Amino acid sequence: MQTIRGKVFITADNIDTDQIIPAQYLNLVPTNPAELEKLGSYALCGLPDNFGRFVPEGQIKSPYAVIIGGRNFGCGSSREHAPISLGAAGGKVVIAESFARIFFRNCIATGYLYPIEAEKRLVEVLKTGDEVEVDLDKGTLTVVATGKVFKLRELGAAKEVIDNGGLFEHARKSGMLK
Amino acid sequence: MAMTITEKILAKGAGKKSVSAGDNVWVQADILMTHDVCGPGTIGIFHREFGRDAKVFDRERIVLAPDHYIFTKDQMCLRNIETCRTFAAEQNLPYAYIPFTDSYSGVCHVTLPQKGHCRPGEIMFGTDSHTCTHGAFGQFATGIGNTDAAFVMGTGKLLIKVPASMKFLVEGGPLPRGVMAKDVILQIIGDLGVEGATYRAMEFAGDTISALSIEERETICNMAIEAGAKNGIIAPDYITLDYILARTRKPFTCFASDADATYISVKKYQAKDLVPVVALPHSPDNRKNAADAGDIKIDRAYIGSCTGGKITDFIAAAEVLNGRKVAVDTFLVPSTTEVAAQFDQITIFGKTLTQIFKDAGCLPPAPPSCAACLGGPEDTFGRTHGTEVCISTTNRNFIGRMGSKKSAVILASPYTAAASALTGRVTDPREFLG
Repeated sequence: MQTIRGKVFITADNIDTDQIIPAQYLNLVPTNPAELEKLGSYALCGLPDNFGRFVPEGQIKSPYAVIIGGRNFGCGSSREHAPISLGAAGGKVVIAESFARIFFRNCIATGYLYPIEAEKRLVEVLKTGDEVEVDLDKGTLTVVATGKVFKLRELGAAKEVIDNGGLFEHARKSGMLK
Repeated sequence: MAMTITEKILAKGAGKKSVSAGDNVWVQADILMTHDVCGPGTIGIFHREFGRDAKVFDRERIVLAPDHYIFTKDQMCLRNIETCRTFAAEQNLPYAYIPFTDSYSGVCHVTLPQKGHCRPGEIMFGTDSHTCTHGAFGQFATGIGNTDAAFVMGTGKLLIKVPASMKFLVEGGPLPRGVMAKDVILQIIGDLGVEGATYRAMEFAGDTISALSIEERETICNMAIEAGAKNGIIAPDYITLDYILARTRKPFTCFASDADATYISVKKYQAKDLVPVVALPHSPDNRKNAADAGDIKIDRAYIGSCTGGKITDFIAAAEVLNGRKVAVDTFLVPSTTEVAAQFDQITIFGKTLTQIFKDAGCLPPAPPSCAACLGGPEDTFGRTHGTEVCISTTNRNFIGRMGSKKSAVILASPYTAAASALTGRVTDPREFLG
C-alpha cells in the first residue's frame, strides 16, 4: 500500500512556473546536489504573500508534503526546476483540478512528484496545515482530523514511471534503454 | 486515413503510415535545442545517464543557443554559459551560438529560423516552452524538460502522445491597419482561456494567416503555449519556402492537413472584426481592446523577446515612434545579433531604425538576449524592481514575470506598446497610424 501522510499547502488556479520557481533562480543547476537543495528552499516563493510560505524563511525544507492546486497547475515554462524544487523541498504529491501539459510531463519524467487530479475543488475545502493521508493505490485523500474522504483520479501508466524513479529508470526497467 | 498536418508529421517521425489523436508513439527528433538555463541541467543528466564520455545521438541535430542570462555579473549565470561552451567543444557541435564569441546570436527562437534550423515536416524538441514558435514553418515543435531533453540527446527519440487538433480559421483578407499577429493570438487566447488548448495542437489557417510574414506567423505559434497547447502550426506555403530555401540545404517534406481530417473544434475569425488588444495583469487571457482598456497609466514600455523582438516588431514600433517623443522609459532589446545589425541597415521614412528610436528618446538598445522578458538576475536590462507597470511585447504577464512581484505587465503588440510609450497610457495605436 502506497500512502503519503502530511500537511497540505493550499494554492489556487493557474499557478504558473514563475510562481513555483521565479526565473532569477534558474541559474541553479538541478543536477548539482547543493544547488538542488537551494532550489528547494525557493519553491513557491513567487506566490503572492497572502498564501504564506511553503518553505519557512531561513529553512531549506517545507513542512508540507502535499501541495493543493486549482485548475491548470504548473502553466507556463518548460523549466524542470519547477517540479524538482517542490520535490527537493519535501513535497511528495501535487493534487490539482487540472495540470498544464509540460509540468505534468516533467513530474513524471523526473519522478520527483506525483501529479494527481482531484474530482473536487480541494483548494476551497481544505486549508493550509490540514493533516491528510493520500492513498495512491486507492485514489483517495483522507482528512485525518475529520475522516472525510475525497476521491482522486487515476494516474494510470504514468504512476509506474514515477514509482520506478523517473523516465530513465523506467526505460531501463522496461528494456527500452540498455 | 485523413490526418491533420500535426498527425502527418508525427506519423512520419514514428515511421508509421498513420497516427490518430491520443496514440502514444516513439518519434525520431530532427532537432533538439537547448540554452543556458536548461542546458547545464540537461547536460548533467546526459552525463549521469549515458556516461561522462558519451556522445550525443547526432551532433548535426543539436542546437545550443544560450540566450537567457548573458549580460550579467551573476557568476552562476556565467558559469552556466561556460558549461554550454565546454559541452559544445567536447562534442564538437557545429551549431553552438556561444556568448562572447563571433558565433553568438541571441534569443534561441529567433536564432533557430535565422540560422536555418527550421524545416517543414520535421520534429523539433527544445528545453523551452516557446519552442512551439517553430510550428510557423509547418513543423511539429514543442517544449520539454531537462530529463526528456537528456533522453533525446542520448537516443534521438521521445515517447509522445499525438495531440488532438483545434483549427483556427482567420479569413477575409489581410489584417486591418494597426492590427498585428500579436493581436490575433491575444484575441484567440482571450477566447480560449489559458488552459483552453491544454494537450492540443493549435492549427492556424485561412487567407489572413497566409498573408502574414514568416515573423508574424512565428508570433502566433509562439504563444500557443499560453493557451496550454502542445504545439502551434501553420502549413507551409511560398512565403515559408522563400524563407527556408535561403537558409538551409537539407531536404524536407511539406505537409498539409487533409480536407476531411478530424478536429476537436473549429473556430472562425473575420479579419475585419480584429482590433488592437492588450492582456492586462496577471494572465495572458485577460484581454481588453486597447481602445477601451480604461485609463491605465504605464511607467515603461519594453520591446523585445522571441515574441516581440523580431525585426518586423521593431519596424512596426518605429512606424509609430517616428517623429514623436516617448513619455516613459522605453526599453529595446533586439532578439538576435542579426536583428541588432538591421537597426542600422533598415530605413523607413528615410531614417534608420536606430535614428528613429534615438530621436524618439528610447533608451539605447541592449545587446541581444531574453533580458527582462522573464525577470532574471538583479542586473538584467529592463528588469522590474518595484511597482512598475510595464507594457510589453513579450509573452507572459504572470505575477513577478519581469522581476518584482509587485510590478505589473501588460502584453501588447509592438504598435500598441509604442503608441502607449508615447502617451504614457494604454493606447490604441490607430491614433498614430495614418
